[in-house]
Amino acid sequence: MADARERHWLRTRKMTLWLLGVWLTTSFCAVFFARELTGLSIFGWPVSFYLAAQGASLVYLAIIGLYAWRMRRIDSAALEENS
Amino acid sequence: MKRSLFARLSRYYLLFALGFACFLVALAVLEKEGMPRVWIGYMFMFATIVLYASIGVLSRTSNVAEYYVAGRRVPALYNGMATAADWISAASFISLAGGLYLHGFDGLAYIMGWTGGYCLVALLIAPYLRRFGQYTIPDFLAARYGGERHGRTVRLMAVAATIIVSFTYVVAQIYAVGLIASRFTGVDFSVGIFLGLASILVCSFLGGMRAITWTQVAQYIIILVAFLIPAMWLSAKHSDNPVPQVAYGKLLPKLGEREAVLLADPREKEVRDIYRQRATEFQARLDGLPASWEAGRSQVQHDLERVRLRNASLLEIRKAERALIAYPKNAEDAETVWAEQRDFNLARARQLSPHAVPFPGKDRQQSDIKRNNFLALVFCLMIGTAALPHILMRSYTTPSVHETRVSVFWTLFFILLIYLTIPALAVLVKYDIYSALAGTDFSRLPTWVSYWANVDKANPLISITDVNGDGIVQLAEIAIDGDVLVLATPEIAGLPYVISGLVAAGGLAAALSTADGLLLAISNALSHDIYYKLVDPRASTQKRVTISKLLLLGVAFIAAYAASTKPGDILSLVGAAFSLAASTMFPALVLGVFWRRANRQGAVAGMVAGFLVCLFYMLRTNPILGGGAAGQWFNIAPISAGVFGVPAGMLALVLVSWFTPPPESDAEALIDTIRSPENRA
Repeated sequence: MADARERHWLRTRKMTLWLLGVWLTTSFCAVFFARELTGLSIFGWPVSFYLAAQGASLVYLAIIGLYAWRMRRIDSAALEENS
Repeated sequence: MKRSLFARLSRYYLLFALGFACFLVALAVLEKEGMPRVWIGYMFMFATIVLYASIGVLSRTSNVAEYYVAGRRVPALYNGMATAADWISAASFISLAGGLYLHGFDGLAYIMGWTGGYCLVALLIAPYLRRFGQYTIPDFLAARYGGERHGRTVRLMAVAATIIVSFTYVVAQIYAVGLIASRFTGVDFSVGIFLGLASILVCSFLGGMRAITWTQVAQYIIILVAFLIPAMWLSAKHSDNPVPQVAYGKLLPKLGEREAVLLADPREKEVRDIYRQRATEFQARLDGLPASWEAGRSQVQHDLERVRLRNASLLEIRKAERALIAYPKNAEDAETVWAEQRDFNLARARQLSPHAVPFPGKDRQQSDIKRNNFLALVFCLMIGTAALPHILMRSYTTPSVHETRVSVFWTLFFILLIYLTIPALAVLVKYDIYSALAGTDFSRLPTWVSYWANVDKANPLISITDVNGDGIVQLAEIAIDGDVLVLATPEIAGLPYVISGLVAAGGLAAALSTADGLLLAISNALSHDIYYKLVDPRASTQKRVTISKLLLLGVAFIAAYAASTKPGDILSLVGAAFSLAASTMFPALVLGVFWRRANRQGAVAGMVAGFLVCLFYMLRTNPILGGGAAGQWFNIAPISAGVFGVPAGMLALVLVSWFTPPPESDAEALIDTIRSPENRA
């Protein structure tokens, strides 16, 4: 019982940490290396501008979506172990 | 049961959307038939305010759970929509696109910060608050850091933070309500404020969170329609692609070419030189103080006498009299006025900086400072978002923890529908102004320019003066207020005035929905946390709700009064609210969930330290609060004070927790509960 709870919390933390890592990398890199990325363009978009204006926000949305989906599975796995 | 509620809601809102579309079409027809503009403005104001009020009347309630947390049965999708409306303030709707227009890449910090914050809300705070399942944010902090009896200090501090943060924010919203109402209907500014207030009050006074939620969903629909229609139209006009979020990519290189042409234009340089010349003159007068003040004064007096003596026209005499009245009263006055004039002219003399270039600066060092400030601002806005009580409060209103997580997803989704359009809109309008307005004859200015130049006489939204007298508009001759961008887009795109009215209704909805949420956050903190938890824990539920309603009324009137004094200082401090919220609340909230060892003493120390460091930095560096740029650390602007406040709060929390006894057993039990998965019924 206590074990199952520990495992669930460990998985939650891992998941959170990974996604926070993605969040931090996206935000930081998009800003910190913006000047270096100005020359690049994908499909006609200047990469640095696109990342700051739309790309990063879409990554954030994906992070939250992924988290909600994965946490539902982590939660139900833990509940099954418990019962 | 849940499904049926969702289906019922969907049916209602579909009907509402259809009705709204019919209303738009009807107004468009009426406009064609010759209904005057003012009437369209009145119709929009009146119709939307009546709509919000009637939703409020329909959802009136005196049940505690309904009043505070909408009965905890709002489906994720609709909770997301309501939170998005809660979040999209007047600033997002009206000023953000203008900010991007004026500041180019640097303005994108707001887009990144205000969307990235939701990752923190989703991952670190919202699901745990829902699992805890009480009513307010101070509730959570008090339970986590004090158990049943000891939560007083923490609760009081959390309430104070909630009020400080929310109040500055709500004053700005109500101010925006007055501004929009007065611009579009011509009613007096304060009348506009009290009209808006009436709709806020009927709604939240009667039904609390429940009424607010259902109103906010309706408001979100209006916000979305009002923002997207003009943007799509403009996008179709310039790039034959009605999806602005995609289309503006093609326009960016074209805008870049146009910027290069304007940069090389000798006439642009001529105008900028004139402004620089004026700035130098003001500088010379400043250097010559106080003698220059007396010389200038006698000059103005002399001018007046001269026009009087030679029997000049009344107009000229008036002009000379006005110049004398406007002349600074004494040398100190002159110093501030002239310094302002000098800075204004210097700003006008500045070269345009290309829109898509990140961190433009004279040299690498300047550019680095801009980059660091960008990062700092993004940091503060993100953490601040994750600590704003009126947003966090909404995680209590969904039926389950899972729905809370999904609801944050929908929140960001609905915010992004607007936020992904904002950079596009800025580019589209910029392209229009750079290519269609710059270079035209003064005799052939588009009608929207003259219309918007005359709307707000005190602070003209747009003004174009022929500085170098060549009869052609130069870009440097256009002074534009960011706010005009969204408001005038329909006319720039060549849409009928109905759409302008729609945009005003959208701005009104954005301001009202945010004000609703903030007022409820303040009055709940006062009634639930102060009155019920601390003053009279035995109060009946009926009494609790009544007290809440009375407090709401009181807070609303104080906020409206504060807004009606047109407090320029408070408005400029709204950005600071994010830093303050971040520094005070974030460490205690997040470490409360993720660090078992965090205890009461630590939380108190963390909140105090975060708040004080943040406040100290603002006092030290913000000119409005009596500071100056000289006091800056690492050249970080005062708005990003949270960059120092948040780490200070974290550090204080951790250190003090370590040196004091571990938290009591009831706190331990609470931690175990909020971390555990929720049983699904």
